[in-house]
Amino acid sequence: MKLRSLLTTGLVAAAALSAASAFAQAKEQFFPLLSYRTGPYAPNGTPWANGKQDYLKMINARDGGINGVKLTWEECETGYATDRGVECYERLKGRPGVTLFDPQATGITFALTDKVAADKIPLLTLGYGLSVAQDGQAFPWNFPLMGSYWTAADVLVQHLVKKDGNLKGKKIALVYHDSPFGKEPIPLLQERARMNGFELLLIPVTAPGVEQKAAWLQVRQQRPDYVMLWGWGVMNSTALKEAQATGYPRDKMYGVWWAGAEPDVKDVGEGAKGYHALNLNSSGTQPKVIQDILKTVHEKGQGTGPKDEVGSVLYTRGVIIQALSVEAVRRAQERFGKGKVMTPEQVRWGLENLNLDQKRLDQLGLTGVIRPLSTSCSDHMGSTWVRVQTWDGAKWNITSDWYQADESIIKPMVKAGAEKYLSDKKLSRRAVADCQS
Amino acid sequence: MLYRENGQFKTSYRSDLQIFPILQDRFAIALLLAAAYLVVPLLASDYLFRAILIPFLIMALAALGVNILVGYCGQISLGSGAFMAAGAYGAYNFFARIPDMPLVPAILLGGLCATAFGILFGLPSLRVKGLYLAVATLAAQFFADWAFLRVKWLVNDSPSGSVGVSALSVLGLPIDSALSKYWFCLVMLTVIALLAKNLVRGAIGREWMAIRDMDVAAAVIGIRPMYAKLSAFAVSSFIVGVAGALWAFVYLGTWEPAAFSVDLSFRLLFMVIIGGLGSIMGGFFGAAFIVVLPIALNQFLPTLAGAVGLNISTAGLSHAELMIFGALIIWFLIVEPHGLARLWSTGKQKLRLWPFPH
Repeated sequence: MKLRSLLTTGLVAAAALSAASAFAQAKEQFFPLLSYRTGPYAPNGTPWANGKQDYLKMINARDGGINGVKLTWEECETGYATDRGVECYERLKGRPGVTLFDPQATGITFALTDKVAADKIPLLTLGYGLSVAQDGQAFPWNFPLMGSYWTAADVLVQHLVKKDGNLKGKKIALVYHDSPFGKEPIPLLQERARMNGFELLLIPVTAPGVEQKAAWLQVRQQRPDYVMLWGWGVMNSTALKEAQATGYPRDKMYGVWWAGAEPDVKDVGEGAKGYHALNLNSSGTQPKVIQDILKTVHEKGQGTGPKDEVGSVLYTRGVIIQALSVEAVRRAQERFGKGKVMTPEQVRWGLENLNLDQKRLDQLGLTGVIRPLSTSCSDHMGSTWVRVQTWDGAKWNITSDWYQADESIIKPMVKAGAEKYLSDKKLSRRAVADCQS
Repeated sequence: MLYRENGQFKTSYRSDLQIFPILQDRFAIALLLAAAYLVVPLLASDYLFRAILIPFLIMALAALGVNILVGYCGQISLGSGAFMAAGAYGAYNFFARIPDMPLVPAILLGGLCATAFGILFGLPSLRVKGLYLAVATLAAQFFADWAFLRVKWLVNDSPSGSVGVSALSVLGLPIDSALSKYWFCLVMLTVIALLAKNLVRGAIGREWMAIRDMDVAAAVIGIRPMYAKLSAFAVSSFIVGVAGALWAFVYLGTWEPAAFSVDLSFRLLFMVIIGGLGSIMGGFFGAAFIVVLPIALNQFLPTLAGAVGLNISTAGLSHAELMIFGALIIWFLIVEPHGLARLWSTGKQKLRLWPFPH
């Protein structure tokens, strides 16, 4: 009897679910949102996911969608695990009006790179993912907008050179998350070490990064002149605490932009004073886009997360990702028909033809948040502008000018990496004619 | 009434020794196979194939392999994820380094790499057993984690340590659609499951079980513990390695060492314990429970919550999924400590007596 009632419940649930999915067939642009609000990376994943959702809500509330096309979305929890991420992708990719995927994790990006090419859906990886995917002709579906780990590493070295004058004979340690995420910058740093004559120490930290005693013992022994921190989630705050315990000066530590948000330093507070990190986007509630979100979403009680986190570094990054996605749809509509639901292939055209000059950024309310960017068929990155910020114990302050990655180093490396990828996978470069479709 | 063996006489050793001695079972299995090969492809959607059925088939294969070692030979192992990794990276190296390497031999060679790896880390089993061995096999896991992250040669000098394969094909037929992947995994699983079933029914399987039940007594009656234990490690890690290669090649496509972390080892062990130790079928039940249930919960819970007027957030959903899943594990193990496979056979036993139980 028990078993039967269990079975009936299951069947009823199944029937209800299929009915529910049958209803959702209206003319809407659907944004699948892969997120992680649980697990060791949740402190960083949550504001990011909140920002993405709030921006979509804001566009619906303020503009009534994109030229009248309503935006819909569904979150799928990956927990940063690759297999769950793949499952989420498979679950959401077939929805009507699907736009693009932003997997929020380097591991999932790797697993999805082949799949999106087969399914013809763009993969937006703003500031993370595969560095070589900048080459749009080898990776037609990947969009590492605004920067990759290679551009980040290059800018960090440039900043040190500018500060120090000369890095010859200096020791720089890379304390990195031992996964593809942390290992991506290594080839570029090795290249830079050859060029600038510094010694590169590689110190891996096992994921998720709460156990770092051995790594900081090495730092203590080797006394590097600078430490580059390539962490994500709980690893960053742990590293700062370990640095404090080791007595390593925090103002000699430079984090990538994934190690430069509030959750990374808040718990360490004063102990992280002087720590620097890259700043891909500004934070704070002054930008118009954040004000609009506060006005049209949060004040109506429809905000996704706590109101006082609106405008934090990662929240703003989520907003930018979503703003660029929406902008790609809008751009695609300009060519393929305003007020229509865009297919993923049309969205790709939009992503390849983004042209956000200062005027457009002002219109979007992104003044001062990011620098102008423009993409093309062969350049899927758009821009590499980034600044350095410093934690003063209570908030992040911008402490440098804008930098751009050195094209003369990045370009050949991207080209060589892309060629290797193509030959490994037995693929060929995209035809030029394909860029117009 | 329908499920009984009255009148089914066995007149030869051959018929007495077949895998499914009862006619209805043979019939049911034939139907099941026909359904799996022909009916499911007609009904299942792309999502069902790619996100549920293919991982289920591959994990069932892995659980089957783990079950041979843990369930049949009694050697508790926490290194199954490492054996999967050895299979995956072994197959990858054969596939990437040898020009025009066909897919199936590459996967089988990957399985052989895992065999060698398994035998090497099975050596401690000659001295230690039980929990001590479990800890010793954990070393295999840590070694694999270290090796595939650090030894550049093993990942074909990929700078990020992430590797991938593409353009898979068998005998000229491309393995890229969901259906072809499903069939490919299903064929692998059927063939290996059949071989494994026969192996555990034969002399070598009896040796394993004798070692499991009491190794001293087994040695006294002439079973060589070294041979039995190492052969169990070899066969088990071969199957687990093949499953690892399939997981990497067919399911993920591009992967990093974290795909075969210690979490996976634990999940495989749970599959075997929940599915049923010492039963081929247990692997299937366990894989279904561990792979499919969380995803099913994840999709049904919002609807169920919606039906009673609740709105459940993504994070809440994820937490609820973990809680329900954990509670179910405990409930199942209290109801039937021998796993789902034992529940199934108890059910069958009851059916035989139905409707007049005594």
